[in-house]
Amino acid sequence: MTPPAPDTRKGGRRPGPIRTGVPFALLLPALLGLAFLLLPLVALLVRAPWHSLPEQLTSPEVWQALRLSLVCATSATALSLVIGVPLAWLLARTDFPGRGLVRALVTLPLVLPPVVGGVALLLALGRNGVVGQWLDAWFGITLPFTTTGVVLAETFVAMPFLVISVEGTLRAADPRYEEAATTLGASRFTAFRRVTLPLIAPGIAAGAVLAWARALGEFGATITFAGNFPGRTQTMPLAVYLALQSDPEAAIALSLVLLAVSIAVLAGLRDRWMTAS
Amino acid sequence: MTTRTARPARLQVTGAGVAALLVLSACNSSDGTSSGAGSSASGPAKVSGTVTVFAAASLQESFTALGKKFEKAYPGTEVEFSFGGSDTLAASIVSGAPADVFAAASTKTMTIVTDAKDNASPPLTFARNQLEIATLPGNPDKVTSLKDLTRSGLKVVLCDRTVPCGAAAQKALDASGLRLTPVSYEQDVKSALTKVELKEADAAVVYRTDVRAAGDKVDGVDFPESADAVNDYPIAPLENARNAEAAKAFVALVRSAEGQRALTEAGFLKP
Amino acid sequence: MSTPDGIPPDSAEGLDSHVVVDRDAFRLDITLSAAPGEVVALLGPNGAGKTTALRALAGLVPLTGGHLRLDGDALERTPPESRPVGVVFQDYLLFPHLSALDNVAFGPRCHGASKAEARSQAAGWLERMGLAEHAGARPRSLSGGQAQRVALARALATHPRLLLLDEPLAALDARTRLEVRAQLRRHLAEFEAVAVLVTHDPLDAMVLADRLVVVEHGTVVQQGAPSDIARHPRTDYIAQLVGLNLYRGRADGHTVHLDTGPSLTTTEILSGPAFVAFPPSAVTLHRDRPTGSSARNLWRCEVAGLETHGDQIRADLTGELPLAADLTTVAAAELDLHPGAPVWATVKAAQTHAYPA
Repeated sequence: MTPPAPDTRKGGRRPGPIRTGVPFALLLPALLGLAFLLLPLVALLVRAPWHSLPEQLTSPEVWQALRLSLVCATSATALSLVIGVPLAWLLARTDFPGRGLVRALVTLPLVLPPVVGGVALLLALGRNGVVGQWLDAWFGITLPFTTTGVVLAETFVAMPFLVISVEGTLRAADPRYEEAATTLGASRFTAFRRVTLPLIAPGIAAGAVLAWARALGEFGATITFAGNFPGRTQTMPLAVYLALQSDPEAAIALSLVLLAVSIAVLAGLRDRWMTAS
Repeated sequence: MTTRTARPARLQVTGAGVAALLVLSACNSSDGTSSGAGSSASGPAKVSGTVTVFAAASLQESFTALGKKFEKAYPGTEVEFSFGGSDTLAASIVSGAPADVFAAASTKTMTIVTDAKDNASPPLTFARNQLEIATLPGNPDKVTSLKDLTRSGLKVVLCDRTVPCGAAAQKALDASGLRLTPVSYEQDVKSALTKVELKEADAAVVYRTDVRAAGDKVDGVDFPESADAVNDYPIAPLENARNAEAAKAFVALVRSAEGQRALTEAGFLKP
Repeated sequence: MSTPDGIPPDSAEGLDSHVVVDRDAFRLDITLSAAPGEVVALLGPNGAGKTTALRALAGLVPLTGGHLRLDGDALERTPPESRPVGVVFQDYLLFPHLSALDNVAFGPRCHGASKAEARSQAAGWLERMGLAEHAGARPRSLSGGQAQRVALARALATHPRLLLLDEPLAALDARTRLEVRAQLRRHLAEFEAVAVLVTHDPLDAMVLADRLVVVEHGTVVQQGAPSDIARHPRTDYIAQLVGLNLYRGRADGHTVHLDTGPSLTTTEILSGPAFVAFPPSAVTLHRDRPTGSSARNLWRCEVAGLETHGDQIRADLTGELPLAADLTTVAAAELDLHPGAPVWATVKAAQTHAYPA
């Protein structure tokens, strides 16, 4: 950026950022990038079957799938918070052999095709899976084809986003606040709970929002691990995909609902959490 | 899901089979039973280049073999496949996907293409597929009929009603007045089968060809109601084909005696 | 475990420590003891290991060797949260999400007080610090001096038997510093247990502490009462801090033969290794070699640099004897001082001070 002209400095009271020339070499690709991201959404709106929309959206199946989507994505986010934040703390604040490797493994679900993730979950937690067979034998718990299975599949895919985000915030946060807390008699856990956690709350919120959004759109791991049954495991993305096979108009309508709900939720959260940071 | 048939690894495995088909092909061209416009004798002169075939997922094994045979019969050609759900394929053809031939798993999905007038000639049924119950190896749950699947405690997966195998299964169930609540409506027949292969489900209603392709990972159980829901597989060269000659030749090969033999081996019924 | 020099092992009261911390190429090895009610300042340049020593006493850095006893209790293996130690950190580290009151109540809460009880204790501490009306304020809305007092209240609220202060005044501007220093002195005087403060500012150390411990390169180079240290510096660092010219040599009667060559005449009679010190104000400068001067200490020098110190000019001289000289602006002008100018420097023997090394 170019430095501000001396006279603008002198004025000093101008609200907002100082206007500086944006290089064309940056502006053009930036606008292209924006257009590339927005165009498909615009197309969705342009081709939306507005006339049949009311009828499409009054079917109970839509609301069933939407409700399930919201419940599962929120549960998956909650689960990610409960086990992901401590994991992030472990990665950011402690030193143990192989920590770098563990961090790399944590991010693996980010690059793994979700369908492969779903198969991996089946092999681990399925009725016949490495751990799942014992769950079945000892507790009679089977996870595939259940709503719990949906939550687990979504957590598997979404939690890395939370862990990465929270770990980054923790690294940026001053660890000496924790030290100050321990000199006041706080155990490491109390220091974490009463000092670190409130300090990194904005980072946790951002990570949770990312994870929630990822969970809401989850398709591959969910359909592979939890299958597709209306009301139990058929979330919105699954409903959209299956509708696409027979009735593209219905699929577009469903997508619009999902889009509207996520925009509403993200905008609502932004006002309450994100701007506070 | 695009598969190039000219993959060396694949060639090694099926080399013997290709050689056998070649012999068959030679016999056919000499006795002139091969149908279609261009006979193999004049074929090499006119047919060349790449031909892109969009085919239903259930055709993967048999069409891959036929593709190799085609490339041998018409040197200089290459067959590219895109296997997937028939509806998805039909939708992409209508949206302008570059395909020369479309082979669907149901007449309903072919209608999407013919309604858009994207076919070059009327579709012809080249095979029929029948449903079968896939059970765990050895059939530990003693499933012998469609009715057995309604037993409580048995985890059954069906295809979703929006895909042909699901529609067919529903038709069979309705015809016999059975109510079946599966644990899942899978998005395609392969996913349904996979759930049984991984032993997550006890049984699935799939195509006979899929049971055949899964080998000893599942057992197949025939059921009489499947006769009520036999799927016709139509094939058609496409209007916007970039290689119309090769498209016609491929359709001809599929409908020829050797094509039919390959399909029957995979478990398809003759049209 | 070794017994530190000069401290009888049975002295149960107060702090008795020998802090050894190895970190990379750096080794900290200091013996530090203090009686209850005593305020000890660790004084030293940056990187001397003062803060490391403080962190070791607080338990935030493990000891490599040595020992740490507080009122007779061995604390080497005690985790920081279980040590009866309070810390005022350099930039206070007040929890930004808590009010001043809850910051102070944090310690009592951790020590088992109920929320109401902890808050009422905290309110008492803030009252004592004159901060009652700021109880609800968030740290970021407090002034530097107020934040410092909240930090002190927070550390004292756990009733520590050892209070550690890391550069307690460094974060303040010059004006607040004066005021806060006086308040801190009062609070420390009231504190009945051991207080150890770390500073690189000699004035802070001398005003606040009963005893100075000077640390350089990880070891104690000198310790004693502030007045004693100010008068008898034993290292260049301390001499600079207290503003004295310091030389080391070998005394023979009234003469000290400096290690660097020249000799100095003093009024004291000594023999053996000795230090000689004199303030810059004791130096008189001349343009020409003075004749008939009674000064026995006369050196030919050259001006290396000049800087203003209030209404005085401080001249840095090189030559036979490197030294610092203070003179008035008028005198500097009359002498036409400028870098590179040759001058003669004299110091009266009566203004020098020699003491055994």
